[in-house]
Amino acid sequence: MQHKRELSGAEMVLVTTGIAALMAVAACFATGAEAEKQTLQIEGSTTVGPIAEAFAEYFNKTYPNVKISVKATGSGDGAAALIDGRCQIATMSRFMKPAEYQKAVEKNVLPCCHTIAMDGVCAVVHPSNPLKAITRLQLRDIYAGKTTNWKDLGGPDTPIVVISRDTSSGTYEVFVEKVMGKDKISEKVEYVNSNPQAQARVKTTPGAIGYVGLGFLDASIKALTVDGVAPSRKTIATGVYPISRPLFLFTNGYPEPGTTVHAFCTFFLTEKGQEIIEAKGFVPLTSY
Amino acid sequence: MAQAADTVETRPMGAAADFDRPLLLTPREDLAGYVGSHVGRAALFLVTATSIVAVLLIFVFIIREAVAFFVNPAALPPLDWTSTGSALAWTQAVLSSIGARLAELLGGTQWYPEAASPEFGALSILVGSLYVTGGALLIAVPVGLLAAVCLSDILPFGARQAVKPVVEILAAIPSVAYGFFAVLVLAPWMQEHLHISTGTNALNAAVILAVMAIPTIVSVSEDSLTAVGRELREASYACGATRAETMVKVIIPAAHSGIIAAVILGMMRAIGETMVVWMASGNAAQIPSPWWDLTQSVRTMTATIAGEMGETPQGSDHYRALFAIGLLLLMFTFALNLVTEHFLHRVRRAGGTSP
Repeated sequence: MQHKRELSGAEMVLVTTGIAALMAVAACFATGAEAEKQTLQIEGSTTVGPIAEAFAEYFNKTYPNVKISVKATGSGDGAAALIDGRCQIATMSRFMKPAEYQKAVEKNVLPCCHTIAMDGVCAVVHPSNPLKAITRLQLRDIYAGKTTNWKDLGGPDTPIVVISRDTSSGTYEVFVEKVMGKDKISEKVEYVNSNPQAQARVKTTPGAIGYVGLGFLDASIKALTVDGVAPSRKTIATGVYPISRPLFLFTNGYPEPGTTVHAFCTFFLTEKGQEIIEAKGFVPLTSY
Repeated sequence: MAQAADTVETRPMGAAADFDRPLLLTPREDLAGYVGSHVGRAALFLVTATSIVAVLLIFVFIIREAVAFFVNPAALPPLDWTSTGSALAWTQAVLSSIGARLAELLGGTQWYPEAASPEFGALSILVGSLYVTGGALLIAVPVGLLAAVCLSDILPFGARQAVKPVVEILAAIPSVAYGFFAVLVLAPWMQEHLHISTGTNALNAAVILAVMAIPTIVSVSEDSLTAVGRELREASYACGATRAETMVKVIIPAAHSGIIAAVILGMMRAIGETMVVWMASGNAAQIPSPWWDLTQSVRTMTATIAGEMGETPQGSDHYRALFAIGLLLLMFTFALNLVTEHFLHRVRRAGGTSP
């Protein structure tokens, strides 16, 4: 009946040591992988997203053991993720709202802000347009549909073709925040979905007015001075140019110096970081 | 006899084995065959069902989000089915909410979904879609139909064989390429030569969409014109009709089902197109005034969804409103699809009776 053969002592030892060795190796791999692969979660604004992504790309080369994931869905999502502890760094194109701050403090998160760059938006017209200067109030009237002809601003008698960026872009957000205030953009305003396209439309339409990021200015379109200030790296970096805003990273407390988070939050100070910011069409924060 | 038996013996084993097989399967073979056939059938059924399931899921997903726009569950009174009064109040609240939202969506022309007091008047956007699609059809139908007639009855067979594939290549050009053409070439050209203040307008989008719809219209209506067959043409000539009379009075009426299907397919191509209209139509959410002025900017349903979905917080009213527009669009294309099926079915039946 009994066909089973008892394992001899030696065999038992062999099998047990074998299993133990396997487990040890597996454990080694597991802990090794965990110790080596650090992950850095970044979430938030679609405006700051491209900067964070370019930073992350550079970090992947210099810190191969850190895995950085960047999500760009909106500033509000970034704040919520930081408060819930779903990310270490929140990218935001606005400061935290009081309600968000309060919620964070209640959850023992102390939001700390790092200003990494400035975002400026230039009002542009066709080069043939004699107009050189405009005020924010005049801009608001044009976009609200109250001013519809260039002759009202001392220009030729042609209708104004008003061009705006799409409502989901950060450029639109700055413009509405700094120029429109509570006024609504008129229903006659045309929308384009990228800075190059806005530039192309203004370049080819004599009666057009539009707005683009500073990085998209060139000789084919003319930037107007707004409230007497011409848009430039200097006026935007110092905040003198009226249609500009700072871009932020938020962390929970000031990051421990020497950590990856700290390196990431101070990366904008390096030459490479400033190059990246400028390449993405934003203005690096320098005082020279 | 013995010789024959020998040759049977020297056959390879496999062939002989078939004759040795018992008529009754062993239980194991029986089970394997049963399971195998059913598993195979189920697998094939699943593969076939995937597309249907995908369509159903799309409907369910869009309807779920869109329904939340029409009826906000948080704003409803508590429902207690056991008391008639509460159930009535609940039903009334649901109906009035749906009524108010529908009236706003289809009756309002103010589209300010992100304002402090948001407005969801999508009428101007609906009208924009109709303008652009209608304009495209006004151009594409005559051109496409004439081209189809020319290909099927006027050009020699060799020319048709060469031209038709080229026309069909037009359908393979990515829409963003058409969009760039619209913004960088057609828009400045319109401003310079037609003296229109803005080049990205309903006319621009309609022209580009017409070019995109023409291959579909030419291809399908040419097929149905050819399917009419020689008999009708020869009978018509035998009665003394000229070629023009034969075309206009005999062939086109005989092929009308296929031509209507071609037009609707072209229309669906135009109404569902997103990238081109987003780039070429100007996206101003307004109804042109005067109403016939196609040189003003308009905004379509597809462009609104594509342009605004990116930054819209999930679950907000704006997000749900975009889904409600998506539902409108889906219902529209679904209805068009059913009509096309009806006409294409008639073409197939007609083809079957007179081969």
